[in-house]
Amino acid sequence: MIEIDNITKVYDGRPAVDSVSMTIESATITAIVGTSGSGKSTLLRMVNRLVEPTSGQVRINGEPTAGLPKNALRRRIGYAIQGHGLFPHHTVARNIGAVPRLLGWDNDKIHTRVNELLDLFSMPPDEFRDRYPAELSGGQQQRVGVARALASRPDLLLMDEPFGALDPIIRTRAQTDLHRIQRTLGSTILLVTHDMEEAIQLGDQVAVMDQGQLVQHGTPAEIITNPATEFVAEMVGGVDRPLRLLSLLSVSQILEEGAAEGEPIDEKSSLREALSVCLWSGRNAVPVERNGNPIGRVTLEAIRSRAEGTHEPG
Amino acid sequence: MPGRIKSVVSGPGLLFVSLSLVALYAPFMTLAANRIVAGEGIPVWDVAGPEAVIPGFAGLLAGLVLGLPAAWQVLRLTGAMIGIAALIWLLMEGSTSLLEGAGTYARVSLGSGFWCLLAILLLLAADALSSLSPGPKMRGALLAVAIVVSALVLWSGALTDLSIFREYASRQDAFFNAAWRHLGLAFGSLVVAAAIGFPLGVYCHRNEGLRSAVLPVLSFLQTIPSLAMFGIMIPLLAWVSSTIPGAKELGVVGIGFLPAFLALVIYSLLPVVANTVAGLEATPIVTLDAARGMGMTRHQRLIQIQLPLGLPVMLAGLRIVLVQNIGLAVIAGLIGGGGFGTFVFQGLNQTATDLILLGALPTVILALISAITMDILVELARPNQMRHR
Repeated sequence: MIEIDNITKVYDGRPAVDSVSMTIESATITAIVGTSGSGKSTLLRMVNRLVEPTSGQVRINGEPTAGLPKNALRRRIGYAIQGHGLFPHHTVARNIGAVPRLLGWDNDKIHTRVNELLDLFSMPPDEFRDRYPAELSGGQQQRVGVARALASRPDLLLMDEPFGALDPIIRTRAQTDLHRIQRTLGSTILLVTHDMEEAIQLGDQVAVMDQGQLVQHGTPAEIITNPATEFVAEMVGGVDRPLRLLSLLSVSQILEEGAAEGEPIDEKSSLREALSVCLWSGRNAVPVERNGNPIGRVTLEAIRSRAEGTHEPG
Repeated sequence: MPGRIKSVVSGPGLLFVSLSLVALYAPFMTLAANRIVAGEGIPVWDVAGPEAVIPGFAGLLAGLVLGLPAAWQVLRLTGAMIGIAALIWLLMEGSTSLLEGAGTYARVSLGSGFWCLLAILLLLAADALSSLSPGPKMRGALLAVAIVVSALVLWSGALTDLSIFREYASRQDAFFNAAWRHLGLAFGSLVVAAAIGFPLGVYCHRNEGLRSAVLPVLSFLQTIPSLAMFGIMIPLLAWVSSTIPGAKELGVVGIGFLPAFLALVIYSLLPVVANTVAGLEATPIVTLDAARGMGMTRHQRLIQIQLPLGLPVMLAGLRIVLVQNIGLAVIAGLIGGGGFGTFVFQGLNQTATDLILLGALPTVILALISAITMDILVELARPNQMRHR
């Protein structure tokens, strides 16, 4: 558990981060969203003390970070950034093994760990270990950057716009990968993004920052249905809100008995996809299947009832 | 068909042939009654009898013609070598036959025609080499071969009749002393400048304030003309020598090796410091941020990231310094610092052109060898960023 307690950073008399407190539960993803200059990156960088707080405290599993030597603290925290920041003159294996090497792991242990991570990121070690970053695609570089941040099994992974430099298609894939890997490893992740879509997709919790202040902190559904301020409402995108809400829910949550005509969809699909299928094919209901076997249907009516802002989110 | 001809015949090759035809009309060698008076120019066909001139001529023409095909660079390089060999042959035969019956004090020197032809053939070799673009190891090997072959030619005694070698013969000991002095001045000042400049560069990189104070001062020192710098050293060191007890015993005097050495060190500092700073700044900001964020100490970032990535730029600074100092060390001859400059200034005083050349040519060759060697080192220092080169 990571506790950020009343933390403030003042630059030239103006607070960049103003008395922010939040708690990040272990094995969850918290996405901090805000416009540029909202203080979100500064907040993130105060966690591993790349920026020293003016006042306030960060505690990792109850232990205040201020009492630890900086470099020792940073070696316990993974750090992945926009543009990956890989060492261009080191191979993929050496890049991923950077923090374990700083921690003095022996070579066999590092070797095994690097292979493990490359497998996890679907990059066959035999093929990729000895390549240099310049020989990788943008998406592969980004994956190596995240693998490097995870190499020493850190207590916490900090990510600053990790997907910012990727084009949209690779970006979606990288987000899905991160979600899968976080669930597999049970990592605790604090991620900064300017993209509300990304925050809603990835975050178990979303924290919205504006002008140095934390204006709302809650589940994606809470943020969408109940924006605390005008600014948050604007961030969650006014007219798109019902669609965003639907994208958080899966078909299985409003499954009903019965049959429907036409091409079926999988129970794991989001309500947004189900709605899209209904509209595109002009149907009022769509059959739902699990592993290829029909298990029921969803109706346009039921989807609509879930898209209304007043409805309690499931 | 002009397009086709152009693609078959190398443009520079064609230019070299036409320039050579002009250069053939310039005096190939000069014959003078003694080492001081101006000589009389001898065209290439008159330097010796036909039995010597014709093969030399044929070799020269063959070399230039081999330089024509655009596609075969190795052939062009071979052509340049054949041409240079022909030039040396003509010099050997020419110096012997011209001196025959010309009197004891007569001297034969190299004429403008020879220099032009040599320059053209070297350009041909350089043109062919640059198209071949050999790797650093290959360039090192070629340089070694060139040095060994030149040394063999000089050592064989084939050219001892030329005036410049007569000058050398009468000062053999002085020549080697001067050579050691020159190397000592150029490389010694490089080592000292690197020992001061690298740490200073690292501190300048870390400390904005220090950098904005140090770099302008070093830039200013760089603008002082070399003669003036050597001149300033004389009273400065003379004062140190006379006021600080023990300084004189340590060899601190106003003229000689020390002031020349110090001046060279001062000139070297700017390139070393500036390139160290530039080299350390070559690391991308995100890479450094990542290194900091993962918990690398400042020292680890410097050694593992910034130095390897900046090394080529830093070595390029040393290359500038070395070539610059080999040239500047000539002026040390003026204040009794020794080196090849001694011959240059003696020659100037005596209007003995070949004595000037005895100082100038080794300096040029030394600078050339150093530049090529340093270029090879810079390339080898470039960190691998690809597996397959």
